[in-house]
Amino acid sequence: MSLTELTIADAASGLRARKFSAVELVRAHTDAIAALNPRLNAYITTTADEALKAAQQADEVLAKGEARSLTGIPLGIKDLFCTNGVRTTAASNILKNFVPPYESTVTANLLRDGAVFVGKTNLDEFAMGSANITSAFGPVENPWKRNGDDAALVPGGSSGGSAAAVAAGLAMGATGTDTGGSIRQPAAYCGIVGLKPTYGRCSRFGTIAYASSLDQAGPMARSVRDCAIMLQSMAGFDERDSTSVNCDVPDYSAAVGRSLKGLKVGIPAEYRAEGLSAEIAAAWQQGIEWLKAAGCEIVDVSLPHTKYGLATYYIVAPAECSSNLARYDGLRFGERVPGDTLDAMYEATRRAGFGPEVRRRIMMGTYVLSAGYYDAYYLKAQKVRTLIRRDFTEAFQKVDVLLTPTAPTPAFAQGEQSDDPVQMYLNDIFTVPASMAGMPAMSVPVGLGATGLPLGLQLIGRPFDEETLLATGSALEQAAGFTHRPAIRAEAAK
Amino acid sequence: MSLDPATVRRIARLARIGIDESDVPALQGELNGILGWVEQLNEVDVEGVPPMVGTGHAALRTRPDVVTDGNCRDAVLSNAPDGVGPFYTVPKVVE
Repeated sequence: MSLTELTIADAASGLRARKFSAVELVRAHTDAIAALNPRLNAYITTTADEALKAAQQADEVLAKGEARSLTGIPLGIKDLFCTNGVRTTAASNILKNFVPPYESTVTANLLRDGAVFVGKTNLDEFAMGSANITSAFGPVENPWKRNGDDAALVPGGSSGGSAAAVAAGLAMGATGTDTGGSIRQPAAYCGIVGLKPTYGRCSRFGTIAYASSLDQAGPMARSVRDCAIMLQSMAGFDERDSTSVNCDVPDYSAAVGRSLKGLKVGIPAEYRAEGLSAEIAAAWQQGIEWLKAAGCEIVDVSLPHTKYGLATYYIVAPAECSSNLARYDGLRFGERVPGDTLDAMYEATRRAGFGPEVRRRIMMGTYVLSAGYYDAYYLKAQKVRTLIRRDFTEAFQKVDVLLTPTAPTPAFAQGEQSDDPVQMYLNDIFTVPASMAGMPAMSVPVGLGATGLPLGLQLIGRPFDEETLLATGSALEQAAGFTHRPAIRAEAAK
Repeated sequence: MSLDPATVRRIARLARIGIDESDVPALQGELNGILGWVEQLNEVDVEGVPPMVGTGHAALRTRPDVVTDGNCRDAVLSNAPDGVGPFYTVPKVVE
């Protein structure tokens, strides 16, 4: 099998058995990036030279028999994680020349375990978007095609570059961040697995902030087991993140393939929403049948505040973004645009540095936090957030995990959706509630729809019970036998 | 609640985002679209419901008040848009 088609688990065994070297493995990926990235635009910055040097070191480690879980494995890193000495842009003009002098905790953990970074993946600007069309470095193309149609489809967002890179074989896995669905929705659109851990499971230190009470890093890979391997490395307590939770990191790989006998799976009625495509409704029903066959008990549950998740999100997230992005003022870092007065300099810098969606969200957030409106918007949203979380807590008294669709439709074409921001926000209708509640959730590809595009199902678990997500996800993966790959990928390009 | 053009200009000013007069109508339409849509939260009864300010899993921690990092002045200054020696330089603020 081609090196760009392997799973992380198989590549790690192959490296240990010396079937191929880390240099060969990494070079297969850097060559694939050189061939396909000009079209897909999945990476903003590629680091082939550094990656090959790291691969040589990995081969030395392997020769000594001292390999760690990810030694020699080529990964893509979402360009929202600060990487020491490697430009980190958040896909924004305001950070287009920012070179962090330090490493984020999540990427430091991956490096500790031997991972080789092949580049920084594209995203929506500051992770604000659901189609990876707001990047200052241009849109990402989804490597999947509709049957008989060459139209460029969106990869989802905001971790669209990570999803496209993993699907196309330009990385074996990638980091993502998820604020309202930014790992799960692109994973579904690109036919890969994406896991958003519990809020507090992975450190946020060194990850450029969007909405701090929601942002959470997680793995994106081509199998459930690969996500378990990556999460094992990424997760853990970090005293440099005040919201990091100090609890043990279990053996995630041990949960993959675990028996589901007697597991109670909740099906929330409110996710049968208007606008759910027939093919996704059918995939959801199929998922229910597969889990029944695996020994699960299916239980109907209700999450009555589901429909308010998105509106709550679009108050809370812009409010936090307006505060977090206040630091980009052209003084300490960022691209400064001169002005006649200090305020004129701020205004010119921020107008030139931020794209329209980021400016819109900052303004929305500024308004809902402004004097006289705080109670009506932000405080109200925080109260509704309590009710959304309560829905989940009550459901998890009856069931162990929830099964829902990840997104209401498969990937759509660039420019196919209206310019109305609210319409674009609706892509996240199924992923936002778990984010608001801080629950872990995962998207698993389960089949192809009528037009040949991948469809994903979402599992939502109890806080810090990523193991049940991985166990249930691997059962879905096994039943679905999802081995489809996109039209545009490294192996097909040869 | 509907924003008028003056409020749009005021929000942009508060956010320190420069806008042209020609940007105002489009921004007004978009922001009003979003605000109109979030109005649906008015139908939720939140009487007696506390605001959610965290997931409750992480308790605030304290630590000894000692230096844990430092001696990295050059790294801190490495991304400054402008600087002189060991200092940031900023535009004149006394007008």
